[in-house]
Amino acid sequence: MDGTTTAATGEFQLPREHYLNAKYGIRSWLLTTDHKRIALLYLASVTFFFFVGGIFATLIRIHLLTPNGLLVTPETYNKLFTMHGVAMIFFFLIPSIPAVLGNFLIPIMIGAKDLAFPKINLLSWYIYLVGGCFVLYSFGTGGLDTGWTFYTPLSSIYSNSAVTPAVIGIFINGFSSILTGLNFLVTVHTMRAPGMTWFRLPLFVWAHYATSLIMVLGTPVIAITLLLAGLERMFHFGFFNPAYGGDPILFQHLFWFYSHPAVYIMILPAMGVISEIIPTFVRKPIFGYSFIAASSIGIAVIGFIVWAHHMFVTGEATYAAIAFSFLSYIVAVPSAVKVFNWTATLYKGSISYDTPMLYALGFIGLFTIGGLTGLFLACLGLDIHLHDTYFVIAHFHYIMVGGAVMGYVGGLHFWWPKITGRLYPEYLARAAAIILFIGFNLTFFPQFILGGLGSPRRYSNYPPEFQVLNVMSTAGASILALGYLLPMVYLTWSMRYGKIAGPNPWPTTGLEWKTNSPPLTENFHETPVVDWEPYDFVHRPDLGLKGAKPPGKLAPAHGDD
Amino acid sequence: MQSQLPLYPESASNFAPDVDGLMLFIVGVCIFFAVLITVAIVYFFFRYKRKTPDEIGAPIHGDLRLEITWIVLPFFLLLSMFGWGAVVYVDYRHIPSNTLDVYVIGKQWMWKLEQPNGRREINELHVPVNRNVRLILASEDVIHDFSVPAFRVKMDVVPGHYNSMWFRPTKAGRYHFFCSQYCGTSHAIMGGWVTVMEPDDYAAWLAGSTGSGDPVALGARLYNDLACNTCHSPDGKGRGPSYNGVYGSKVRLADGSTVVADDAYIRESILQPTAKIVAGYQPVMPSFQGLVSEDQILALTAYIKAQKDQPVPVKPAAGEPATGKK
Repeated sequence: MDGTTTAATGEFQLPREHYLNAKYGIRSWLLTTDHKRIALLYLASVTFFFFVGGIFATLIRIHLLTPNGLLVTPETYNKLFTMHGVAMIFFFLIPSIPAVLGNFLIPIMIGAKDLAFPKINLLSWYIYLVGGCFVLYSFGTGGLDTGWTFYTPLSSIYSNSAVTPAVIGIFINGFSSILTGLNFLVTVHTMRAPGMTWFRLPLFVWAHYATSLIMVLGTPVIAITLLLAGLERMFHFGFFNPAYGGDPILFQHLFWFYSHPAVYIMILPAMGVISEIIPTFVRKPIFGYSFIAASSIGIAVIGFIVWAHHMFVTGEATYAAIAFSFLSYIVAVPSAVKVFNWTATLYKGSISYDTPMLYALGFIGLFTIGGLTGLFLACLGLDIHLHDTYFVIAHFHYIMVGGAVMGYVGGLHFWWPKITGRLYPEYLARAAAIILFIGFNLTFFPQFILGGLGSPRRYSNYPPEFQVLNVMSTAGASILALGYLLPMVYLTWSMRYGKIAGPNPWPTTGLEWKTNSPPLTENFHETPVVDWEPYDFVHRPDLGLKGAKPPGKLAPAHGDD
Repeated sequence: MQSQLPLYPESASNFAPDVDGLMLFIVGVCIFFAVLITVAIVYFFFRYKRKTPDEIGAPIHGDLRLEITWIVLPFFLLLSMFGWGAVVYVDYRHIPSNTLDVYVIGKQWMWKLEQPNGRREINELHVPVNRNVRLILASEDVIHDFSVPAFRVKMDVVPGHYNSMWFRPTKAGRYHFFCSQYCGTSHAIMGGWVTVMEPDDYAAWLAGSTGSGDPVALGARLYNDLACNTCHSPDGKGRGPSYNGVYGSKVRLADGSTVVADDAYIRESILQPTAKIVAGYQPVMPSFQGLVSEDQILALTAYIKAQKDQPVPVKPAAGEPATGKK
């Protein structure tokens, strides 16, 4: 770790050479095959789509201040919530953690120089951009009003909006996901450093391994499903429209076969982030490592066989509904296992409340509420009442925003010193985390009550008795917006003016913290050898913590598979 | 009168107590776990706050007994939620006999409803209190959903399918119904009111008008106009089977299986005649897809239903040059 400290002051300095100053110029970014630079390209593009989706969300919440709608026509409102969903799900949430944090960290965490296929990694980003351009073209030329679920025959026949370019865009974007997933799988299998056995992998890597399985196995299904809907729209092939001999329910089966596992694509990486943050700020091993790792795989596998719980009131066979309800309850078990283990990790820890830890604790709380409310919807008798109401909206925002986005923003804070070499203003960051937490709950908790009252989703206007709860929700959303703007501002500021972080500011145990901040283009000067167990603070005298013992005679790694 | 900040909807059907009981049970379990986790986090957070900057936590790696406990215990709780929920759902999906049948057609963006005597309504539904009501749902275009929060019921209205739902209103009054499956531009105004009336009031209301005419008479007219009668003669001698006594009976099919001749079967036989061939007949009937509206299908169904008690003709003997599809 040359040139990172000056002995005189103890202050850190940036390393002389790192991936950010290795080359300059626009070509060095657009043609880079460095996974860290590609991660930053993704960071810029997913942030852009987060803004686009966020603006739609803002307009939606303002519109819903009054029962008859304040701002736009019903037609425009329908486009707003559709485009909010499409931008956020396909172009922000699905790529966010894997393509930004996963891309940046997975090779460093396992001690590799890059992903297995660096050029394919760059290709994924370009495919994402091309898909994104088609979708933006759809937004710009008439917009999209089918709902992000594209239910047929509304999307394939009846909608008068720009469905075709959007469907093509999402189809193309699917390949980006597939290639990223494939890249991660091959990398984790083949490029682990000596001593980095499967059960020494950080849980972040386990979570991404599970996510990648879903990406590779599930994404082709949604791609082909949307393509079929597009073909029906363009050429009137009868896949889904009964007037042409198709079946609209078939579309829902195919759509949810991917789109339910896609929820796990969004949440599993966030769980991985939380599993890294908690041991760091509790300074003890994560409780039940193998149970957390196994639960990620369990969620990925069982997640593939619960899809028809989105269809309990479509008239599907009673026995099918019973089977899918049962399986949906089963998938709740591994999620609960994670929550219990994270909580147990706090026991007898040495807990600090640095910003990433606040996000992690917020995540546990919000994800718990999101997960528990899923039990209401998996319940057959109760889903008859709650299906397609605001209860569903609140539930999945607790999972996706309270869970996935909190995990993403928490992870950005946690690894920001590694990515940029600099620290952000800590007290401002803590304030932002608390503002986000409060704003989020005020926005979405009232929607559970709205849903219990039966207020249907996707309504541009609503009966007047629902107004008070809608106003509360909009008030919360304005706090939430502030909570998002703050980190954008101070993180950007810190890239130039933040305090130099040093290689391991927290300090913590992962391999990524053994290299410079920011790392070299090759990540490490020489291939690291892993001879410690994950999240072990005791046998790590290099961290400079009290009571550390020498590395000692650890059992040698079980083979070097 | 609703308060400014209602917390739970009115209860006005047989399903409301079931669904609300389930809701209370799951809310209870969830609050227990949410409080457990929250209290644990907050307690640990303050109890084990870092005291010196270089302090580390106790090196605890896990505990198998705890892991098993928090896998097995939640599993059984989840199982109880599943089981109870399934019981309520099976009750909802199993439609009792002897219901008051109302036909409901959804189209962008209105509801057309038709009472048994042919009285028609738009975006209004009148039903008597304490009587099992079945709604038979059809769509003319996209997927809609008929949802009555005060009854705790909803069902998708899917083009190309007949779906049915039922409920027994338990309290007279007026209740919102909504379209709760997104169906395009004016989705948000595709709703109306269910009026639950005392039986006498309902009878008086029903007698007040028969709307655009008796559905059986309309169906009889269509039976001639669409030339159904050329094949489906009442005496069973035509190329297709007779309608007499068909509705509600078990029909034996060419492949040896049997099917109950309900609304969905009749609808399918009009639109996709070759899907199910009655034993002893040939698949010669053309499809009426696109030639008859959902309204007309309902009228034809009503007509066929009215022939339920007519004498059933003797089936053509096997070996006779058999003819047509029902």
